[in-house]
Amino acid sequence: MINKIVIANRGEIAARIIHTCKKLNIRTVSIYSEADQYAPHVEMADESYLIGPPRVQESYLNAEKIIEIAKDVKADAIHPGYGFLSENAEFAEQCEQAGLLFIGPRSDVIKKMGSKIEARRAMQAAGVPVVPGTDGAVATVEEAALYASQIGYPVMVKASAGGGGVGMQVVHSEAELKSAFTNNAKRAQSLFGDGSMFIEKKLEDTRHIEIQVLADHHGNVVHLFERECSIQRRNQKVIEEAPSPFISDATRKEMGKKAVQAAEALAYTNAGTIEFLVDKQENFYFLEMNTRIQVEHPITEEITGVDIVEKQLEIASGQSLKLAQQELSIQGHAIEARVYAEDPKTFFPSPGRIDVFQPPEGEYIRNEISVHSNYDVTPFYDPMIAKLIVHGSSRAEAIDRLKLALSQYKISGIKTNIPMLLAVVEHEQFQAGNTTTTFLERYYK
Amino acid sequence: MEVKATMAGSVWKITVDKGEKVEEGQDVVILESMKMEIPIAAEQSGTIKEFKVQEGDFVNEGDVIAVLE
Repeated sequence: MINKIVIANRGEIAARIIHTCKKLNIRTVSIYSEADQYAPHVEMADESYLIGPPRVQESYLNAEKIIEIAKDVKADAIHPGYGFLSENAEFAEQCEQAGLLFIGPRSDVIKKMGSKIEARRAMQAAGVPVVPGTDGAVATVEEAALYASQIGYPVMVKASAGGGGVGMQVVHSEAELKSAFTNNAKRAQSLFGDGSMFIEKKLEDTRHIEIQVLADHHGNVVHLFERECSIQRRNQKVIEEAPSPFISDATRKEMGKKAVQAAEALAYTNAGTIEFLVDKQENFYFLEMNTRIQVEHPITEEITGVDIVEKQLEIASGQSLKLAQQELSIQGHAIEARVYAEDPKTFFPSPGRIDVFQPPEGEYIRNEISVHSNYDVTPFYDPMIAKLIVHGSSRAEAIDRLKLALSQYKISGIKTNIPMLLAVVEHEQFQAGNTTTTFLERYYK
Repeated sequence: MEVKATMAGSVWKITVDKGEKVEEGQDVVILESMKMEIPIAAEQSGTIKEFKVQEGDFVNEGDVIAVLE
């Protein structure tokens, strides 16, 4: 039983968590930095405590101080939200040691999923497909060519020691592979002192599709279907929707099954998301697991009717999941648009004072908000200031409602990405469901 | 001539030295704003006479970062 909870976060997600706590009669405690004195999450909570200066290292990442506050106010749990300390295994462990419930999985699972190599290994062991590739370095160019012919071109030739695109090349034939392998091995040797190379399948026209899972402490695991999050800029999601406009029912079932299988193999608990890359042929490959609540979780709530934060709290307090897979179904279609304080063309940040902030309202609209009118958006944190979520009985209806809602959104004083969001939603390729991860590069210039 | 901040943020890195000659369009400092690195370039060529900021300082939009001559 949780009576009082500290929310170790800020912005819309802190406000979102407070909403569910109020519904469940759980007392809420917010923390805030000097830059967030007037933020909505401070006013909404039953109690709020100043934690430190604006910089995240001195405020929202200050684990010791947060735990100290939680003990002082006699809270029984800490909800980390997303970002900040949410995937910090050490923080989860510190909470465990301080006798505070950490709303998330065990620290060892967070740690395992935080390592790319370990996560890949764990998924392979659980029978979840990973991007085909050599698990380690290949010794010779002949060996590389043999492997590439087995997995099929195009493939990526990658230097083990490389980073930021250096020592990495896409090749489409054996001839290309042979020269790329030798050249990149030489380059990597001279740049990094390590010329070892490996081969990975190059996936084209991929989509980013993820599965939401919930798992309790009694061995029950369910999935809440998928979210498609392919529309991204700088590897950050911009528009997400559920269900995916692309995958078939058979693929949906199979992805859900694999995600549950993965959670079971990890003895996972609480809410988690397994991200996959999906290619044109609907082959899907494990990308990573997020061991926390996701920014885009509301679209899943809208189509399933499940309050994911409520489930997180129930699971953490030891209750059984009162959900059975066969009782869960997809109701209609939901789309989320993230509103960023940034230039809609260059994507450069646009901090400053918001004079008027007036989100659209309506029966099918859900707003998750970090700001209000006459509010200073500071340059210290992420540029996301709000999320607009719409629900419809079909994808076409949801798109129409999103278009209308975006056109009614009023924000003055700072630049926002709303013109870009509108352009995406109005694009025929988006409406046709051709949402791959290269959508913005291809269609929005 | 002055180099000014185009947005609020903190000075993450100063990329040239005092007394150094810079070309038009060359980055002088890199600001950090909303978790993004924003390079600030000189609008004209010149020599860096003085820096008005240090790494770690917070600047507002329009604040002078460096003086060129």
